[in-house]
Formats: sequence, C-alpha cells, structure tokens
Amino acid sequence: MTVSAKHRKPENRIRVKRGPLEKKDARAGVLFVLPWLIGAAVFLAYPLIMSLWYSLNNIRLTSEGMKFTFLAQGNFTQILLSDPDFLPNLVDYLLSTVVSVPVIVVFALMIALMLNEKIRGKSFFRLIFFLPVIIVSGPILNSLTEQNASTISVVDTQAVTAAIASFLPPMIAQPISGLFSNMVTILWYSGVPILIFLSALQKIDRSQYEAAYVDGASGWERFWKITLPSVKPMILLNCVYTIVFVSSNDQNQLITLIKSAMFSGTSEKGYGYASAMAWIYSLVVLLLVGLFALIFMARKDKYEREAKKLDRKAKQERRKVLHIQRRQARHAKKYHRPTVR
Amino acid sequence: MQRSITAPPSAEKPARRINRDRVKKFFLGTREKNGFIKLVVIYGLLICIGFIYVYPILYMISASFMTLDDLLDSSIRWIPSSLNLANYRQAGLSMNYWNSLLQSVMISGLPTLCTLVSCALTGYGLARYKFRGRGAIIGLIILTFVLPSQITMIPTYSMYARLGILNSIWSFILPAAVAQGLNAPIFIMIFWQFFRTVPQALVEAAKIDGAGHLRSFFRISLPSAAPAFITVALFSFVWYWNEFYLTQLYVHGVLVESNLTTLIIQLQNFNTNYSAYAQTAVSGATNLNESIKMAGTLIAVLPLMILYFVLQKHFVESIDRTGITGE
Repeated sequence: MTVSAKHRKPENRIRVKRGPLEKKDARAGVLFVLPWLIGAAVFLAYPLIMSLWYSLNNIRLTSEGMKFTFLAQGNFTQILLSDPDFLPNLVDYLLSTVVSVPVIVVFALMIALMLNEKIRGKSFFRLIFFLPVIIVSGPILNSLTEQNASTISVVDTQAVTAAIASFLPPMIAQPISGLFSNMVTILWYSGVPILIFLSALQKIDRSQYEAAYVDGASGWERFWKITLPSVKPMILLNCVYTIVFVSSNDQNQLITLIKSAMFSGTSEKGYGYASAMAWIYSLVVLLLVGLFALIFMARKDKYEREAKKLDRKAKQERRKVLHIQRRQARHAKKYHRPTVR
Repeated sequence: MQRSITAPPSAEKPARRINRDRVKKFFLGTREKNGFIKLVVIYGLLICIGFIYVYPILYMISASFMTLDDLLDSSIRWIPSSLNLANYRQAGLSMNYWNSLLQSVMISGLPTLCTLVSCALTGYGLARYKFRGRGAIIGLIILTFVLPSQITMIPTYSMYARLGILNSIWSFILPAAVAQGLNAPIFIMIFWQFFRTVPQALVEAAKIDGAGHLRSFFRISLPSAAPAFITVALFSFVWYWNEFYLTQLYVHGVLVESNLTTLIIQLQNFNTNYSAYAQTAVSGATNLNESIKMAGTLIAVLPLMILYFVLQKHFVESIDRTGITGE
C-alpha cells in the first residue's frame, strides 16, 4: 500500500498545493475572461448546437413560430445527391482555393523579400501593397469585376488561358484560368500576408547571414537554409489567414447559396436545409485548413524528437513497474492471507 | 574583390584593371551593397506589380470623371476630356450619401468600441493570469477564427428575431460587447500577445505597492498597450465597414428592410437604387452608365481611403508592433 502510493507520484513532478494568493489570482483571471465565456456560451455554443439540431430537421416558418419535422440525415443526402447548385459550387470553391492560396502566399513572400532589401521608397511601396486591405469587400470587387477592371487589359490573358486549356484537363484548367482572369483581385488578398512576412524577415538575426557568407553559402543557399526555415511558421499563419478571408468573402458563391437557401420560400428548403449546407461547408473549410496545417506544421527538430521519445519510453517503463507492483500486492492479498490465518 | 588581391599586379595598365573591378562591383554588387542589376530588377518588379495593384483604383478614378461621350470615344483611355463632377452628384444622390455615410460610421464605430473593451479584457486575462482551462480557451479562440460564421448564423438569426434586436444595431453591438464580434479572435490574440510583453516585474511592483487587479490593469498595462488599441480599432472599423454579408443579414434585413443601411450595402444595391432615383428625380438624371457606377464605388470607399492616408503609419506598422510574428 505505502509502496504504491509512493510510486503514484512521479519524482519529477512536484505538486505544490495552491495557496490562497494563487487561488485569488486565478479567480481574478477568470473574471477578466468572463465576458468571453458568456459570449462563447450565448453566441457560439448555443448556436452551434442549435445549428446541428436545425440541420437534422425540416423547418417551416408559421405564424406560431418554427415547425420542426425530424428528418435525420435527409437534408444532407438531398444536398449532396440532388441539389443542382451546391456540389458543383463546392468543388469550384475547393479547387480555386487550393490553387489561389499558394499563389497568394508565395507572391506575398516574394514581395516581402524584395521590400526587405535595402531600397529607397520602402514605405511608399508598403503603402501601395497594403492599400487593398482597406477597400477589399464583396460589393467593391463585384463592381470592379463587372467593369473588367479586375484584370489588366494590357496583358492579353486570353492567350494564356487558351494555352492552359489545351493541354490540361478542364477540371484543373478552369481554376487556373480563373486565377488569370481575376489576377488583380486575387493578389489584393496578399496585403496582410506581405506585412506579416516582412516583419518576420526583419526579425531574422543578421549574424546568421554573416556566418553563412563566411562559410561560402550563395544567396540561393542562404534563402533556402536560413530565410525560409525562419519564416516557416508565418507561412502556415498566412495560409490560414488567406483561407479564412477568401472563404468569408462575398465572391464566394457558397455562402451566398446558403443565405438564399435560408430565405427561400420552398417547403423543402429553409433554415434546416441551409444549416445542413453550412455544416458541410464548414467541415470542408476546416478540412482545408487542416490540410495546409499538416503540410506546413512546424516539425520539431531532431534533438527534441529524440528527447521526447526517451521520455515516453521512461514513462512506459515506470507504468510497467507500477503495474507489476500492483499485481504483486493484489496477489499477496489473494494468496497469502489464508495461509496467515 | 577576391580577384584584385590574387591577380598579379599588371604594370602596364593599372588604371584599366581598377576600372574593370569597379564596373564589376557596380553591376554585381558587394557584400554590403546591392549591385546595379539587382536593384534594377527589384525596382522594376516592384513598380510593375505596384501598378497592377493600383490599376483597378486608377481605372475607377479615371472612369468616374468621364462623360458618356468620353466613354464611347475610343481615343480617350485614361484622361477624361473635362473634369466632370456630375457623375458624383448623381451617384451620391441615388445612394443617399450623407445619410448612408453617417450610418456606416455608426454601424462600424459602435461595435468597434465594444470590441476594444471586451477583447482587451479577455486578452489581458489570458496573458496575465494562470487558471485552469486557460489553454483550452486559447485553443477555442483559435478554432473560432477558422470556423466560418455561416455555421452559427441561422440559429443566431432566429435568436435575434426572438429577442427583437434583428434589423437594429444591437445585433452587432451585443456580440461585440462579449468579445464575439467580427474577427474578434484576431483581436483577442493581438491583445494577448501584447499584454504578455508587459514586464511581470512591473506588475509585481505595483502589487507590492498595494495596487489591486483592476488598478494594475488600468495603470500599468493599459498605458503601454496604446499601439495594440490603435491597431485593433483601425482594423475592426475597416472590417465592419466592409462587411456586407452579415450587415445585410442582421442590420439591414433581407426580407424586410430596416431603415439602417451602409455605404457598402447601398453600393451592392446600386442598380436598383439608381433606377428608383432616376424615376423620381426632377431633372438631370441620365441613364445608369459605367462612369456613374464607378463614381459610386469610389465614394463608397473614399472615407476609408482618406482614413488610410491620414493614419498610414499606424496601418502599415501595426503588424510589426502587435508582435504577431513572435518576439
């Protein structure tokens, strides 16, 4: 008994009982966060649960209020199997996002690298590249696209898109040509990523470059071995940021579709149907973010990985010892007692 | 540089050798200085891309001054034949400009104020205190940033309808007051990052001198957080201003329209608004054309552009100062 109690507490983790001062501090912290907690309960948790419930029902608005008819997965199967607009739009959205996000982020990195050089008029260029962040919004983009101002008419993009369409399957060619025809507005999303990259680049220690220079590394090598690893976390951050902002923009057909389904007067659509759409859409967005996170997640360096592995092994060993001891104690209870009596 | 040391000294033409070296240095650059070729490439690219960036805006400005004749005249591409302000007058009248502008300022300004207070409190609580579940809260905040607003939109809409705050500004103010406003997760993160950089020693010293939790928040942490406040205020204002989807849903109304509107909503409904205006206008209303639409687009973003050019330093340096990229 005493042996097992001693082993339950691993030596490396000393627990100190929390004193009254610390408890008071923690309480104050919770008080500061309280507004968020209330908000999360009212405007996040409750709508999230209700939205799931809505999505499993057909909802009709009557004069007495909402009338629910339970459908189970009915809305989802209908959306995925027989809605003429949703699935094509979803595929379009996925492809165009997968194509345009890397373009935006790579472009932002290139601009940031150029702005990081010793050049004159740095603040002027920064001013220009950040300007779109201020004015980008759905209606503005729509109105510019309508007037063909979102693409440079000087550069003939027709030739490029025709060339792409001729030797790629239409599935892949379409988002790429869409990229070209909306080049300007797509690039407009890179305002914030440029600034994030720029401030990350400026934080890289100059002495690393000096050392690499002394060792004879070329500019190319210095970029791949020093610059890129240093800004890698920012690549993930910018990917996520870009996905979120491209997704919530009004040019995204899917969210418009959800809104119109919400207010459509037909009997099979309505709140329930729209909620199911929103759930599918949100899961797709989360998957997309997860995909990018998986690609760009900062891997721990080798030393840390080894240390963690050893740690895990030690833990396993400890658990095994504990297990054996417990079994011994149990057996002692079971078999030795009768002989004592 | 290397070569000039190792190369044998040429007795006959010392002047020429030095010259060649200098020319090489000038074009290819040295360790301290960029070469001429590199600089030309960088400036060229930056200017080209910069032009592409502002092309739609330049186009918008140029087209907004054109008369109908200018639009049809193929010889006029950029510079209108005369400074024609009639487009602006007509676009402004059809958008009900001053009224919409005032409401835009209100609809973006009040939630921004609420966001500032609530997000600052939350960020401070997360940065300064240790309590159980803090990590979970931070994780949740990051998750809500990624989660599309569409997923909670429909129950929220019916909740607002039941509370009777639909089609009023309260449907923006209430969530903002409890740190659930537009893009609130980003702002909480900014404050969190910022308050973490306030030295603990300072806070501890205040505590020893008898300052309570609130007092050390207001007297020690707040004064140093001015950059974070400016950043959050500017971005929140701009994002609320440019929001169309949620503003239409909660404030302007989809089926039944309230009398609240913003410039962005007026712009989206420009065509119908304009035809309504053209019918009732006493005189001088021409048919809707490209120039009038562009003038309308320009005056819808003009307040933000003025704000940007006045406060450009704060906008551009904001990301540096918030410490998003880690210290």
